Amino acid sequence: MVDDSRAAHAAARAARESYGRLLALVASSTRDLHLAEDALADALERALSSWPESGVPDNPEGWLLTVARNRLRDLLGSAPRRTSMPMDEAEELPAPVLDVDALLERAEGIPDKRLELLFVCAHPAIDASIRTPLMLQVVLGLDAASIARAFDVEPAAMAQRLVRAKKRIGLTGIPFAVPSRADMPARLPAVLEAIYGAYAIDWLQQGERYRESLADEARWLAVLTAALLDDEPEAWGLAALITFAQSRAPARVGDPWPPLDEQDVELWDRELIAEGEALLHRAQRLGQPLGRFQLEAAIQSAHCDRARSGVVDVEALDTLYRGLLAVAPTRGAIEGFTALRNRPVP
Amino acid sequence: MRYTLLMYYPEMSADELGPEALAEGMRAFDEYAKALDAAGVLQSAEVLQPVAATTTISLATGELVVQDGPFADSREQLGGTFVIDVADLDAAIGWAQQAPPAHYGHVEIRPGATRFVDGAWTTYDHH
Repeated sequence: MVDDSRAAHAAARAARESYGRLLALVASSTRDLHLAEDALADALERALSSWPESGVPDNPEGWLLTVARNRLRDLLGSAPRRTSMPMDEAEELPAPVLDVDALLERAEGIPDKRLELLFVCAHPAIDASIRTPLMLQVVLGLDAASIARAFDVEPAAMAQRLVRAKKRIGLTGIPFAVPSRADMPARLPAVLEAIYGAYAIDWLQQGERYRESLADEARWLAVLTAALLDDEPEAWGLAALITFAQSRAPARVGDPWPPLDEQDVELWDRELIAEGEALLHRAQRLGQPLGRFQLEAAIQSAHCDRARSGVVDVEALDTLYRGLLAVAPTRGAIEGFTALRNRPVP
Repeated sequence: MRYTLLMYYPEMSADELGPEALAEGMRAFDEYAKALDAAGVLQSAEVLQPVAATTTISLATGELVVQDGPFADSREQLGGTFVIDVADLDAAIGWAQQAPPAHYGHVEIRPGATRFVDGAWTTYDHH
């Protein structure tokens, strides 16, 4: 017998690391996120109860996927969902997008459909205010209560809004698909905006728990999105922006925490700064005109460079802010530029 | 999936439009319907008479009330419906934005739940 804590640990790790991947796969055949969540929750529960007895399977993700998919079939076939449908017709599920059994037999990696899921969550037919919560729940597996806390709303109200949004996805027929190259410029900004929203809502409140904050989850999601898309400079730009901003989180502890120029650079995370540089380089190598997130990342990069050079390159920042104001004159950009202009001369 | 495209736009009489604009409007609708048909997605299309021809009835108060005019009076009125059968919402949005009234009104995209065919209701989508 395998000891309980090891099985629980394996299940918890599988849950945390692969929740979005599994949910994306289970949901892609039916477009029913709510049902897919139920099926996956059921599979996770069964893992917790059966693995301590039977041992952790060689391929925990594959095990969870198979159980979830079978459970989904049960749920779809059961009354009262399809009351007027004869039983033999009920067997005719939508054509599976992937032959999961064959995949598992060949012991291949489970394909990643999270990009499709991200585009579902940020579809123009989904209200902009619920896109970020939706992503946090279905891609990262956060529960409604923690999302509600971050957004400062009642848990019941948030849960209800999430259920409604998921229902709407199935009912309206939003496709689980990555937009075509032609549609990408119209569709990508909403995805990046929603990820940025997850960062923006939490970054001021992280305090000392900056490594397990929502802002850090947003950083992970931004890096994932950029990697999955591979050739979208603004996605890499957003990943760089959040990574740079998070590198300074250790210096933002305390109340009130010191302004940027007065922060002790020794507290900044050098590894994250290096990672931010690599991400920004990746964006710029794609050679398209600089978008909003790349410019903001470049501004962050210039600030972070103080850790290396000991001085703030005001001239470079001035140029970058002018570029940013031309592309995206947001309130944040205007405030940042004003602060730069009113900077006390040392 | 079946979607009904509901076209809302400000009503204009033939006189208000003038013969040229009227002919142009009819040509645009004709082209649109033929494009839907050629793509094999058109189920039905119906252009409605003006609201002035509408009669609304209700028994909600327990008695028959017959009203001259539409239930909701607004600047833009339901002027026609197109039922299409396409893969998903993105395809429906694609067709909806080619509808002539998209340029001077609004197009509502509404998924169908069930319909009465050959003496029986089709499977209800319970989503």
